[in-house]
Amino acid sequence: MVTGGRPKLEAMAYLDHAATTPMLPAALDAYVAAARELGNPSSLHAAGRGARRLVEESRERIAAALGARPSEVIFTGGGTEADNLAVKGIFWARRDADQRMRRVVASAVEHHAVLDAVDWLGRHEGAETALQPVDAAGRVDPEAFAELVRAHGHEIAVVSVQWANNEVGTVQPVAELAALSAAAGIPFHTDAVQAVGQVPVDFAASGAAALTLTGHKVGGPVGVGALLLGRDVTCTPLLHGGGQERDVRSGTLDTPGVVAFATAVEAAVAGREEHVSRVAALRDDLVERVRAAIPDAICNGDPADRLPGNAHFSFPGCEGDALLLLLDAQGVYCSTGSACSAGVAQPSHVLLAMGADDPRARSSLRFSLGHDSTKADVDALLAALPGAVERARRAGAWKTSR
Amino acid sequence: MRVLAAMSGGVDSAVAAARARDAGHDVTGVHLALARNPQTFRTGARGCCTLEDSRDARRAADVIGIPFYVWDMAEEFHDSVVDDFVNEYAAGRTPNPCLRCNEKIKFAAVLDRAVALGFDAVVTGHHARLGADGLLRRSVDLAKDQSYVLAVLTRAQLDRAIFPLGDSTKERVRAEAAERGLAVADKPDSHDICFIADGDTRGFLESRLGSAPGDIVDGRTGERLGAHNGAYGFTVGQRKGLDLRVPAADGRPRYVLSITPVTNTVTVGPREDLEVDVVTADRPIWHGVDTRVDCEVQLRAHGEVVPASVSVASDALVATLQSPARGVAAGQAIVAYQPDPEGDIVLGSATITAGSRVSSHA
Repeated sequence: MVTGGRPKLEAMAYLDHAATTPMLPAALDAYVAAARELGNPSSLHAAGRGARRLVEESRERIAAALGARPSEVIFTGGGTEADNLAVKGIFWARRDADQRMRRVVASAVEHHAVLDAVDWLGRHEGAETALQPVDAAGRVDPEAFAELVRAHGHEIAVVSVQWANNEVGTVQPVAELAALSAAAGIPFHTDAVQAVGQVPVDFAASGAAALTLTGHKVGGPVGVGALLLGRDVTCTPLLHGGGQERDVRSGTLDTPGVVAFATAVEAAVAGREEHVSRVAALRDDLVERVRAAIPDAICNGDPADRLPGNAHFSFPGCEGDALLLLLDAQGVYCSTGSACSAGVAQPSHVLLAMGADDPRARSSLRFSLGHDSTKADVDALLAALPGAVERARRAGAWKTSR
Repeated sequence: MRVLAAMSGGVDSAVAAARARDAGHDVTGVHLALARNPQTFRTGARGCCTLEDSRDARRAADVIGIPFYVWDMAEEFHDSVVDDFVNEYAAGRTPNPCLRCNEKIKFAAVLDRAVALGFDAVVTGHHARLGADGLLRRSVDLAKDQSYVLAVLTRAQLDRAIFPLGDSTKERVRAEAAERGLAVADKPDSHDICFIADGDTRGFLESRLGSAPGDIVDGRTGERLGAHNGAYGFTVGQRKGLDLRVPAADGRPRYVLSITPVTNTVTVGPREDLEVDVVTADRPIWHGVDTRVDCEVQLRAHGEVVPASVSVASDALVATLQSPARGVAAGQAIVAYQPDPEGDIVLGSATITAGSRVSSHA
């Protein structure tokens, strides 16, 4: 229950599904039903067997939905853990096998779960890190990547390029990049947290060696995710202990979380086409109306090859955090992209990598639609946005006038 | 009204925000990130604007049930407060950074931004009274009274300020915080200067201004008594830390009488030579109706009050003290109060430029 918060939750327009999306009723029901059951899936007795059956069925459902084998599904505590496991674990395993493998490659627009893991390897493990630049739409250029692989392929331990960007929604040429990596024998990891349920994701067909997904972006619970890890890809664990997940990840599995996660993944993948046609139409309407209301708004990201629910704008002369405050006060919830731990707004590294200058990077807002979005949400945004932009511009003028 | 509550992460600003909400205002909490590098944790009761303070403020806002944001004011704070602090010391004056922060940050940069975003006022946890009559008065808790560092505010700034704590003692504020379930109820009071976390002001100034050796001389004889590493490290009225090799003839302690940046000289002398009975000041802010008034003046934070006759012009203020005061430092504020049973009323303030001895009280 929200006490004292305003506005009331039923009056809100939730345009932040890329941050987290409501749980699907079926996933919630599956969660509650499994949470009533006793049993550690590692136990040998009947209670344990019951839990294990739920976990393994879930593993099979996720594998089937995403073109993977059940043994390739490593359950984790979420997307961040899966990204860290892939980047660090594959780096460690490859370097330990061959000391020349010291190079880690990631795109400049990765989520911090990848970017900061790469940075950590550079600072603590002697890795040579290289961030692949992106074009103005946020895409990695396969030609430039091919060049890098030709020059340094023999010393690249792991490559990580996200399937779709969490801020601006641009979909990367994953199949091309994965094929180039595979041809050079380099394991290719992709963070598909934003992509599953939004664009077709088939692990086997993608050519990737490892793929991250998480529950709460697809209508499942927070705190559970998975790394799809090719059977022949060696990976050193982050977490040591019981070795529950293929000896790559330890920790007692969260049976109800895993069951609800699988339910959500299955539903999101099965309903993807219908979801996309509905949400993309709503998003196109949103973009058109925002451009009509604020003609100098800049759309960020690839205009065509993008996530269906994502709309991302820069509003020249505004500060994103001022806009966020003004929209929040009117019950419209969206996001500026990235915030540091102290909550001090930082310019988005994604927009900076796309060539935006600091003011433009700071002036951006993301609106992300999801399975329960309606035209009323877009209407509420358009009712509040023009006034908020005008006001934020005045507040921004204060800053520049000093 | 739509009001913005500045929340430091301490108990006062948390209770102030809660009271503003109870009073029916639409309150939004804002934590001001003032440090260029906020990635540090508080040690003891010193410093502020750490990650921990930011989290304490956010937690309090969540308990109160108001939206909460962090505003990055580090550049403004650095330019208007920290640089000013260093420059003032370099010029031989003694600044009050809390006063400057109220004048330039909380009720200027923050207030301007708030107004531009549609807010009507800024709420803070200062201990001072500002009632419907628009008069700024001392807090009922005289030990915690902060009217001295608010007296620099103009009428326009005061018209957009709300101080919900002025009628309460600090003890009462802490008790209320506990009743409201605010975890900051027993958080220690902040002391010292927030941007000098270790409390070593002289070391901070030396790191910014460098070492500048000079002489310490006797104010009466002109005799060289010792040396210093930077005149900026001294304050008028200071007795400790002079490290003089030559004892006074009468064996009595000596005090800093003045600082002369041009010659990098610190002048010292006996206590009675510190006494002044005329104080001149510039940049006056005046709320009183009369421009010549008998009242009381306070010459430094937490200093005693002295009865005085004050006359104010557009660019200067002169106070003739009824009894001499000691330790009057240029750069500090002189604040004029009209004694009142409902709380002494702030008539105005100005920045001290000089003190002098005109009459003989001997």
